[in-house]
Amino acid sequence: MKLDFEHHQSAHCESGVTSSLLRKSATNKITEPLAFGIGAGLFFVHVPFIKINNGPAIAFRTFPGLIFKRTCIALGIAVVHKKFRSKERANNYLNQCLEEGHPVGCQVGVYYLSYFPREYRFHFNAHNLIVYGKEDDNYLISDPVMQAATTLTSYELERVRFAKGALAPRGQLYYPKNEKIITDEQIKNAIIKGIKTNVKQMLNIPGWFAGVRGIKYTGKKIKNWRDKLGLQKAGLYLAQLVRMQEEIGTGGGGFRYIYAAFLQEAYDYLLKDELLEISKIFTQSGDLWRTAAVQAAGIYKGRISSQEDFNLMGDYLIEISELEKKAFLMLKNIKWQ
Amino acid sequence: MKKENVPQDSSSLGKITKEVCYATDSSGKYVTELSSGWEVKTNALDVAWKDIEERIARAKQQVLNGKASPLLFFMEYRLMDINILSDYTGFWKWQIKRHLKPEIFNKLSSKKLQKYAEAFNVKVEYLKTMTVYEA
Repeated sequence: MKLDFEHHQSAHCESGVTSSLLRKSATNKITEPLAFGIGAGLFFVHVPFIKINNGPAIAFRTFPGLIFKRTCIALGIAVVHKKFRSKERANNYLNQCLEEGHPVGCQVGVYYLSYFPREYRFHFNAHNLIVYGKEDDNYLISDPVMQAATTLTSYELERVRFAKGALAPRGQLYYPKNEKIITDEQIKNAIIKGIKTNVKQMLNIPGWFAGVRGIKYTGKKIKNWRDKLGLQKAGLYLAQLVRMQEEIGTGGGGFRYIYAAFLQEAYDYLLKDELLEISKIFTQSGDLWRTAAVQAAGIYKGRISSQEDFNLMGDYLIEISELEKKAFLMLKNIKWQ
Repeated sequence: MKKENVPQDSSSLGKITKEVCYATDSSGKYVTELSSGWEVKTNALDVAWKDIEERIARAKQQVLNGKASPLLFFMEYRLMDINILSDYTGFWKWQIKRHLKPEIFNKLSSKKLQKYAEAFNVKVEYLKTMTVYEA
C-alpha cells in the first residue's frame, strides 16, 4: 500500500514534516520556512549543570513537537497526536492510519536509524519522519533531511519509534485530522502570531540561560572554558556547540537563515517593509554564527589555543546576542494593524 | 550566506545525501541550495568521535584488567550512559552498577544477559568477548 504522497527534502526535520503533512490542505503554501516561523522555531538555550554526550546542553531551536503543534493551532487545523505504552498498539495504530489514507509523522531516535551513517548516530530522540505506506514488511519512509525517500523494516521502525533515553518518543505519531482548505488570511494571521510568540520566546523568557540573554551567557562562559576545562575538553565543548549549530537539520547558521527566509516570505503576505530589513539582520546573525564556528574549529583542531582566541570566540556570541536582541525588538515594535 | 558560498566539502553524510541549506541569491532573495558538507562541522564531528574512540579503548583496557565488566565496554561503544541503558533494559540503575563489577556480571543469568544483548544489538555470546560487527 502506498499513499498519494510526494517526498520533499527540507533542512529541518520537524519543519519539513509539518510542511509536508500540510501540503494538501494548504495547496503547497506552507513552505518549510513558513512552518518554522509560524511554529516560532527559533530559540537558544544553554541548560546549566546538564551534560549531553559529555558536553554542554545547547539548543538553537524550540522544544521538539512545538513547531508542528503551534503551526497547526495557528492555522486552525485539528491534530491527532498519540503516544503509546505498548509497541503492538503503536504498530496497529500506525497501520490503521495508513489504511485510512493518512501519511503520519513519527518522532524517532536516530541511534538505530539504519539509513544514517554511523558517524551521525547519537542517542538523539527528537528526529521526525513521515511514514506514507507499507509494502510487505517494509514501511515507506520520507525522512525530510534525506534527498530521496527510503524504507525501514517493521522491526527497524519499531526500534527507532521506541528508542530510549532523554525525550524518548514512546511511539509518538501525529497527523492533521482532516484536510481543510487554508486561506491566505489565515496564513497572514498565523505569521503574525508566530512572530509574536518568537519575540516572547527570545526576549521575555525568564532565566539567564535562554533566549538572547542565553547567547550572552554562553559567550561569557566560553571565555572561562580554557582555564576551567583545559584545552582538550574545551575543544570538545566547542565542537559540540558547532554541531548543534550546523549539523543536519539546521539549514546553516543555527536556524538563523531559515528564519531570515521566513521573514522574506512573511513580507510577501504582509507587505511590511520592516520584515525585509529584519530578515537581513538575521542573515547577518547567521553569518556571525558561522564566523564563530570557524573560530571554534581553529581551537578544536589545535591551530589556535591562547586565551585571546577564547575571548574572541566569546565576544562573537556576545555580539550575536546584541544583534538578535535588536532584531527581535524591531519585530516586537512592528505595528500590524 | 550567499548561495555561491554554501560549502561543498566532502563528508561522510555527503556520500549518502546532500543537505539543504538556506542562502541568498544575487538579488538577496532566499533560496535553498544543497551542500555536500562543511569542513568546520566535519572536524567537529571528528573531534567528538575521537573522544568516543578513546573512551572505548579505555573501557576495553579496564575490562581486560579485570576492573570492570564488559558492560562498560558496550556502554561506551553504544554511547549509552546508565540512564539510557536502564531505559533500554528495564534494570534499575543500582542493578546496572552492580553488573558493572566483573564478578557479578560473570554470574548473571542468561535471561539478564539476553536483555543486555538486545539493548546493545549484539549476540549474547559476544557480550563476554567484546566482539562487535558493524553492518
